[in-house]
Amino acid sequence: MNNKKTSFSFSSVPYILWIALFVIVPIALVVRYSFFDLSGHFTFNNYQSFFSSIYFKLTINSFWYAFLITFFSLVFAYPTAYFLTKTKHKQLWLLLIIIPSWINLLLKTYAFIGLFGLYGPINAFLKMIGIGEHQLLFTDFSFVFVAVYIFIPFMILPIFNSLDKLNPALIDAARDLGAGAWTTFRRVILPLTMNGVKSGIQVVFIPSLSLFMITRLIAGNKVMTLGTAIEQQFLVTQNWGMGSTIAVFLILFMFIIMWFTGQKEKGGTKR
Amino acid sequence: MTKLRKLPKVYLTFVFIILYAPIFYLIFYSFNSGGTMSHFESMTFEHYAAVFEDKRLIIILINTIVIALLSALIATTIGVLGALTIAFMKNRSMRNAVLSLNNILIVSPDVIIGASFLILFTIVGVKLGFASVLISHIAFSIPIVVIMVLPKLQEMSPSLIDAAVDLGASKRDVLMRVVIPYIKPGILAGFFLALTYSLDDFAVTFFVTGNGFSTLSVEIYSMARAGITLTINALSGLIFLVTIVLVVGYYAINRKSKTPFAGVRK
Repeated sequence: MNNKKTSFSFSSVPYILWIALFVIVPIALVVRYSFFDLSGHFTFNNYQSFFSSIYFKLTINSFWYAFLITFFSLVFAYPTAYFLTKTKHKQLWLLLIIIPSWINLLLKTYAFIGLFGLYGPINAFLKMIGIGEHQLLFTDFSFVFVAVYIFIPFMILPIFNSLDKLNPALIDAARDLGAGAWTTFRRVILPLTMNGVKSGIQVVFIPSLSLFMITRLIAGNKVMTLGTAIEQQFLVTQNWGMGSTIAVFLILFMFIIMWFTGQKEKGGTKR
Repeated sequence: MTKLRKLPKVYLTFVFIILYAPIFYLIFYSFNSGGTMSHFESMTFEHYAAVFEDKRLIIILINTIVIALLSALIATTIGVLGALTIAFMKNRSMRNAVLSLNNILIVSPDVIIGASFLILFTIVGVKLGFASVLISHIAFSIPIVVIMVLPKLQEMSPSLIDAAVDLGASKRDVLMRVVIPYIKPGILAGFFLALTYSLDDFAVTFFVTGNGFSTLSVEIYSMARAGITLTINALSGLIFLVTIVLVVGYYAINRKSKTPFAGVRK
């Protein structure tokens, strides 16, 4: 057994190097840069300005939008996943749910520029049923809608997997013991699929906090998130120090969310 | 009873319509001679012709494909080595630590990856362009390959290796003729996911690409910011076709290996 260990140790060099260079070093660099100002002097100013009202509002805003996006994704994804497990060819239907998520993100977002446009089909429909034309693009609604559209397959997937693993005998047992449909759902199905819901929340909430492409294209410059702020500091203002400071907080939020939505592992094997 | 059965069908139909409507809407208007996405004039293929006549766009397309294939290939190689490293680690807490580090890049928002890599490349002195984009794509694809290969390694019975060693196989033989064939479905699934990660990436590329180099996503972004051009629609028609081919390929592999979908996209 010992021989085997040594035989693989040399080949692990590229992977270990990768961890060092592209996981540890980048995070360290971001932390380091957050302490420097535009002219390269050591400073705590970036942190001071992060706690100023502008960035505080931005963070709250960001969390609010991420919450809305995650909430609506969950509300629409759970029934979808549940009904999918009841279909005959469920793997095929699941695949059909996943296909749109493989289409380039930019193209899907671009489609909504046309769909929500002033002369687009949605407005034509609204006009037809008598509501009249509305400026849909560049609103909070369109931003949340498009984000939910983009993220919903990633919410459906883990929930579907956990529902699929659920032992149907448990549901029958609950029913036999006199639980109604709602009680069975609340007391049996939901707790047993909580892990799926948690990983769904994790894969939707964290990216939602840092969206910048959808914000720019769909919401104009109306919606600012932590993501747009970082992009702006790095690529427009070129203030890497401030950008890094926001990034440090985003990383912190990420770890907190991971900690809350993390699954309890048994035996050290991770699925 | 019929009422209960009807609701799921209606709901699922509704979800599928919403999911696919924007995609088919894009493709539908790619045939519009009118030049807008709101009024269909007449059927034309001119936008498809425009895609193939635009030399710059073709170069960008080739760039994107080269980056995707190269990065997926290299990431798969390093990722398989990484999975082997983790699987044969004796120390459990060490193994968990490495796994956590591995998963950081999967969970990290693209903006963070992009920004931190930009700092890294600037400090090390890598010129922003092809090299920086390729290296970033390799870097963010490695962990997903590890995640796809590792379960296969863990379900492999250790007695397989013991048997091979008892029968006189060298370490190299064990790896090439026992381990690799066994985990091959995982490797292929990892390769496919790395490929789609690279093709789909926008944010990281946007950060680390210089002025002269562009991939499809970045190009579509700048085109879309300028407004509606039906060339993008024609492109999406073509990309949809390619995606379907890729999905069918991935599905075929997945069916054989029974690896559950793990396509968690940021």
